[in-house]
Order: sequence, then structure tokens, then C-alpha cells
Amino acid sequence: MAQVSLRKIVKEYEGGVQAVKGIDLDIADHEFVVLVGPSGCGKSTTLRMIAGLEEISSGEIDIGGAVVNDVPPRDRDIAMVFQNYALYPHMSVYDNMAFGLMLRKFDKAEIRRRVENAAKILDIGMLLDRKPKALSGGQRQRVAMGRAIVRDPKVFLFDEPLSNLDAKLRVQMRTEIKKVHQTVRTTTIYVTHDQVEAMTLADRVVVMNHGVIEQVGPPQELYHHPRTRFVAGFIGSPAMNFIPARLEARGDNLVLLLPLGTELAVPEHRAERYRTHVGKQVTFGIRPEHLTDTQHISKQHVALLTLTPEVIEPMGMETLAHIKLEGTEICARLDPMVEAAPGVPLALAADMNNMHLIDDATGLVI
Amino acid sequence: MSAAAHPSGRPSDAVPGLGRRIGSLRSERRWALWTAYISLIIAAIVMLAPPLYMLLTSMKTSAEVADLSGNPWMVHAPTWENYAAIIGNPMFRGFFYNSIILTVCVVAITMVISVFAAFALARMKFFGSQVLATGVFLTYLVPDTLLFIPLYQIVGGLGLLNSIWGLVLVYPTLTVPFCTWIMIGYFASIPKELDEAALIDGANWMQMLTKIFIPVALPGIIAATIFAFTVSWAAFVYPTAFITRPDEMPLTIGVVSQLIRGDTFAWGQLMAGALIAALPPVIVYAFLMDYYIAGLTAGATKG
Repeated sequence: MAQVSLRKIVKEYEGGVQAVKGIDLDIADHEFVVLVGPSGCGKSTTLRMIAGLEEISSGEIDIGGAVVNDVPPRDRDIAMVFQNYALYPHMSVYDNMAFGLMLRKFDKAEIRRRVENAAKILDIGMLLDRKPKALSGGQRQRVAMGRAIVRDPKVFLFDEPLSNLDAKLRVQMRTEIKKVHQTVRTTTIYVTHDQVEAMTLADRVVVMNHGVIEQVGPPQELYHHPRTRFVAGFIGSPAMNFIPARLEARGDNLVLLLPLGTELAVPEHRAERYRTHVGKQVTFGIRPEHLTDTQHISKQHVALLTLTPEVIEPMGMETLAHIKLEGTEICARLDPMVEAAPGVPLALAADMNNMHLIDDATGLVI
Repeated sequence: MSAAAHPSGRPSDAVPGLGRRIGSLRSERRWALWTAYISLIIAAIVMLAPPLYMLLTSMKTSAEVADLSGNPWMVHAPTWENYAAIIGNPMFRGFFYNSIILTVCVVAITMVISVFAAFALARMKFFGSQVLATGVFLTYLVPDTLLFIPLYQIVGGLGLLNSIWGLVLVYPTLTVPFCTWIMIGYFASIPKELDEAALIDGANWMQMLTKIFIPVALPGIIAATIFAFTVSWAAFVYPTAFITRPDEMPLTIGVVSQLIRGDTFAWGQLMAGALIAALPPVIVYAFLMDYYIAGLTAGATKG
């Protein structure tokens, strides 16, 4: 078990392309940290640098108190789970899990004890004699995790381990991974592009974009208090609605003036924070669940709107309504009992207590 | 579309033109099959006629071979005397023994060099590795008819003319480039994550090669081995150029040099000798054909 520190880590490829642009990150012992971001944001490169599979252009990586920049992967005491499992096809499940220990010259009894223990944790005891080709996707992923667990390393690294699984199995394996972490408590760094995976698994989520860290924090903090427009839009499904607006003063109060003239009152307790941006072009952000039917929302600080949905998506536990608000496509989350139909005007309430305001000039949430 | 909607059970009733399209597909397929069968039959005849003719000739006496009046494809008095004469001849057994020694050594040398070279070129990215990989293949394109004169000088300089060890030294110039090329393709088709997993598990390069790459690439290695075996067993130009002493000759030139005296051809024995010489490759191919095909087509499709 160990803490991991990244200090000013840069990865520059030939031709001067920077995949990672000087990131700093401290990961505590036992912590489960998820690096999340769109394709090409540098999350996998960062993980591979921690693993020692990519050279670091500049900066320092510290695992368990020792700088490991020049330490080869085998001596970093890490274990990695790959997206395509990377099981050795010619070896049985047992040998796959025991391979790392055999190379490290553990004695046979100890290897057996560890493999059986890991197999018990992952419920793959009956598969130990099989070859990888005789396993399903989910079983292969368990074996890949087993191979990591038996090593009892300082750090687990997961590189999009669930991307090759179907949706149902992915949810199931997500729970398995969380259970395993609760059992073995090894410091874990997990890379995914799926923000739901990030939110459900992480103690802290690291949102990356264009090679930099946009925000680090617990899932709820990122969800409710995004620091940038990118984080606000990336975290949450369906994504946060963004509507261009201008912030105007009406006496002591502030209002958001939408492109076609609709005015939404800003709650008084937020006025102070936003006052410096009066007269400026901003983006009004509101999550779909804060734009809902009028029956299911507290009446304080709500802006009432009557809008006509273009598409209705009944999801069972909720209904999504896709609506055009003053030229912008937005999404509202409705109670499933609410009767809504495309083309039929619908009374909606925007919960302005949960509004976000983004400075268009900086992209930062105000 | 459910069958209930069309009581007749013929979708073509409801979809105009569908029946005709299916009919046309079937006739296209029929034509394709006919063409394939006819081509294959012609190819089989062309390929099998020479060995069959060899077999028939090997079962004839010299008198019957010389008799031009009958049908040459018929054997009137089958005999095994040519085979007995060949097998009973100690010189022929010597050729066979030389061929075996030569082939085993060449295959071993080839496989050691090409597996290491291919692993380095496919996986250990270093400056110039791409150019080197292409260069290795290009050397294969230089024909042995062009190389045997300079190689004669080299082998002569080393004092290895008239020795199978000279051939053991020279044959790998034919086998190593192509085998390396096959192995590069095979190693390249192994997912990169497998070596990364091995690196993290604690393997060094040598362990990665011996414990992961060689077992995983076994079909490729077998394909390369078969190739090296075939080339080495059947090489003709180099032994013709470098060996004149019968006791050092491999089968390919031994049979020819000893059974053709001036313009006298011992046809029956020649054919028997050639068929016996062809037996080992036939056996090897028969048992390892699947591996050979899997090895040569590795990486052709995403699997």
C-alpha cells in the first residue's frame, strides 16, 4: 500500500505534441482515484507513465515515498488491469495468476495460497484449470483482476477495464471492483471515459481535458460544484443544459436575459457572487433534474416556463423531455407519472437554487 | 416478416423480384462452384501428373522404360527393384544421412537467429528497426543463382568447399530472411498489452520471449520451421556448386550425380530416389499443414 504523487508530469511526443501538460496530483494511501475524460485527454498516458510503460518527458512520479522515474515497471510494485484483459492465452487461469509470483521466485505453497485466496475473493475458484479462451468476457476480467490481487502490490492500475464488456456486465463488474477495493484496500488508480463509472467507483475523481487536470474532487463535489464549463458538461448524464444569456441588474436583483427576451430571476443569495458579471455575456447552466415539472419542485426560487417538448423519452423511473429553449436544445427530467407528449406545451420549473453561471471569457464557473 | 403473413410461405409472393434475385444468386453460386471445381481439377492434374509419372516410372524395369512402343502411363510388369537398389546402395544412404544432418543444423540455426531477430525487430523498438526489418526481407529477394559465385569464394576461403558444413553456413542466407519476416509478422500480431502485462508481472526481455512470445507464436514458429526445412532439404544450386565429393553430397545432387552417367539415365532408380527424397517433406506437411497455414496468414485478419 502506498501513496502516489505526480509532480509537474509532462509527456511530449516527437514533433512537440504534448499529451500531458504538467499535471500535479497526490493520491493517498488506500484511495480509489478515477481519471476520467474524453478520448485523447491524456488519462491513459498518465496511467501508463505511472506504470512505467511510457517514459516521462519531465516531472516526477513518486510511489510509496520513492521517485520511480527511472525504475522499470517490474520494480515499481504495481499491478495493472488492461482493457483487453491481456491474459496469456497459452496458460491456465491458475498460471496466469501465478506468473508474476513465479517470476519473483515465491515458493509454490505461498503462490497456491495467494492464488486460491484471490480466486475466492473473485469467485473464480472453479475456473483455475481453464484456458482464457474458454472464459466469458466477465470471467476474463475477473482473472485479470486476480492476477493483480495475488501480487499484493502497492498500487492497482486499471486502464478502462470494463470497456470491452456489454452494458449489463459492466454494471455488475463495477460493483465487483468496488467490493474488491473495499476488501483489499490497495491504492487504486482507474482510468475510464465513462463518467458514470467514475462517479460510482471513485473516492475522488480527476477530470482531465487536453492534457490538463480540470478538477479533482469527490464525485458529489464535482457534480454539484463543477469548477469549469468542461467539468459541468462532462459530469452528469444527461449532461447539464447550457443556455447563452446576459446577466442584467433589475434594481437590487439580478436576472438572466435569454436570447429571445425571457428573463429568469437569480436568487438573492447568489446575487452578490454574480454582481461583478452584470452586463456580461455568460452561460446559464442547469442540470436536467433541476428543470422539471411544476408538481415536483419546491416553489422557492423557481422560474416558471411553459415549453413545448420535441421528443419525449420515457425511461421508466423518469421521463426525459427534449425541448428547444430560445434556440438552444435542452433536456428536462420529469416524474414518470407526468403526462407529456411531443408538441404539447408543458409547464416546467427551473430550480434557480441549483443554477450555475459560467463566465464565457474564462470558461470558469462563477 | 412472419410466415403467417404469407400463407404460401414464399416471400417472393409479397416482394416482387425477390424470387428472381434469389434464383439469380443461386445460379451465380452454381457458376462459381463449377468454375472452382473445373479449375481445381485442372490444377490437380497439372500438379499430380509429374509425381504420378515418377511413381509409374520407378516401378518399371529399365527395359520397359526404354520400350517406347507402349503407353508410358501403363506399367506392365510392376517391380520394386529400383527401390531395393536405391535403399540397398550405401552411397544413397550416405546422401540421405548428409541431408538429414544438413537440414537439422540449418533449421536449428535459422530458428534461433530468426526468432531472436524477429522479436527484436517486432517489439524492441530501436533506431532503424523498421529499415532493418525491410532490409532483412530485401535480402531474401536476391536469388541464389546470383549469390553462389561470391559465396563460392567465401566458402572456399574458409576451406569448407566439399563439406556439408560449408552448406550449413550458406543455407541460412536463404532461410533466415524469410523466416525472420514470417516471425516479425507473427510477433507483431500479438497484442502489445501482453508484453506490457509481462513487463509489469516482472519479466525481463528474455523471459518475455521464452515464456510468452514463443508459446503464443508457436504456429508461426512451426510455419517458419517448415519453410527452413523445405528450403534446406530441396536446395540444389549451392550443393551443385560447392560439393563434388560423393560422400559429402546431400540427396538432391547425390541422386542426380550418381544415377546419370554421361547420357545414360537410370530412369527407374532416379525416379525411385526422387520419390524417397520427397517423402520427408510430404510427411512434415501432412502433419503440420494447419500450423503452416495459420502461421503464414497470421495478422491477415483482425482476430
